[in-house]
Amino acid sequence: MNEGLRSELSKQGIFTTTLGDLYNWGRKNSVWPLQFGLACCAIEMIATTMARYDLARFGAEVFRPSPRQADLMIVAGTVTKKMAPQVVRLYNQMPEPKYVIAMGACAISGGPFKQGYNVLKGIDRFIPVDVHIPGCPPRPEALIHAFMTLQKKIETQQLTGVNRPRHLDAEAPSEFPVPKFGGHDLEPPNNPAVWHAPKLVREP
Amino acid sequence: MVMETLEQIKARIENAISGAKPEIIPNESPSAQRSLLLDPAHAVEVAKFLRDDSQLRLDYCSNVTGVDWLDLIIKEKVKVKKVVEGVEKEVEEPVERKRPGYLEAVYHLYSMALKHGPLIIRLRTENRADKNHVPSLTPVWRGAEFQEREIYDLYGIIFDGHPDLRRILMWEGFADHPMRKDYVEPDDYEYEPTPHDEVLEKTKQHHSPEPKP
Repeated sequence: MNEGLRSELSKQGIFTTTLGDLYNWGRKNSVWPLQFGLACCAIEMIATTMARYDLARFGAEVFRPSPRQADLMIVAGTVTKKMAPQVVRLYNQMPEPKYVIAMGACAISGGPFKQGYNVLKGIDRFIPVDVHIPGCPPRPEALIHAFMTLQKKIETQQLTGVNRPRHLDAEAPSEFPVPKFGGHDLEPPNNPAVWHAPKLVREP
Repeated sequence: MVMETLEQIKARIENAISGAKPEIIPNESPSAQRSLLLDPAHAVEVAKFLRDDSQLRLDYCSNVTGVDWLDLIIKEKVKVKKVVEGVEKEVEEPVERKRPGYLEAVYHLYSMALKHGPLIIRLRTENRADKNHVPSLTPVWRGAEFQEREIYDLYGIIFDGHPDLRRILMWEGFADHPMRKDYVEPDDYEYEPTPHDEVLEKTKQHHSPEPKP
């Protein structure tokens, strides 16, 4: 159906849509995040859900205490190497379709603790991240912006075709390998299927 | 209330506990906060004395921390009698002395009852490798339990007599002690947004130099 016919019909009081649009409209307005926080970013995440910022306006007020009922993982805070396997395991236990927001400097890169011996240099080394928010910690507005960015992403996802998302592709992985505790570091230190090092930005 | 001087405390320890040889460690920094080095054999007895003595009553161990001292070459000048041009003279000669490294546990003690402190006591291991035992003071100050575990985790000091000596920050099976000065961290510097100094050097090892046009 072309746009002209659709607008002509809507003038006559006939609403038309596609199954894909309807499906994505429902999904993007009922994204339930997983209720867990790792550090101080979690305080901002809690503030975002409270009356002043009110994440409920976007259909995400129900923070689920179980990964099996959650659609969205907000990685709010520093991911230590000791915690990383648990975060990946929680992600694996979430049903598809699932999304990840990496909230704050620590979750996206390790932040101020990046060169410490115990901090993972970004959760995107192990699981695919949909939206990164910088900030230390990001303000609630930034989290809401990230959430709206995720909604836009969900809205444009196609149900069929080569660009269809992972959860509609039977071949694509839904579980990601959980790193093991090694003698000197996590083993493996990253998942090459989801992460590779970007180019060195600054030359001396 | 003012605590006794370190010299007075040292003298009273030597009186009360036979064989104890506390040693005053000078501090040349502006704070001039001196401390008391205890010998491992009598450390628990001395600690009990410090806690229970009616004039000290150091009942609160506010902080326990570790220090890693590497092997050190001390350069000194020693006066030696030498025959120079047929005449015997006293000549200063530079001598190098090697001091083996050791690990140290430092306890900061206060008295809640008498409102004085701090008294700083130190325990030293014999070396940094195999003789890394000191007595645990957790039986004297229960609050030292987790901090001694942390020192065990990060420095590798083994506290004899500790009720539950396990790693606390790193996982079981982790082989290294990250706060030691010779700790080699895993090389995961593939990507740094703003590399500089030694981090830049580490990052560059992961990137082949790009051909310049």
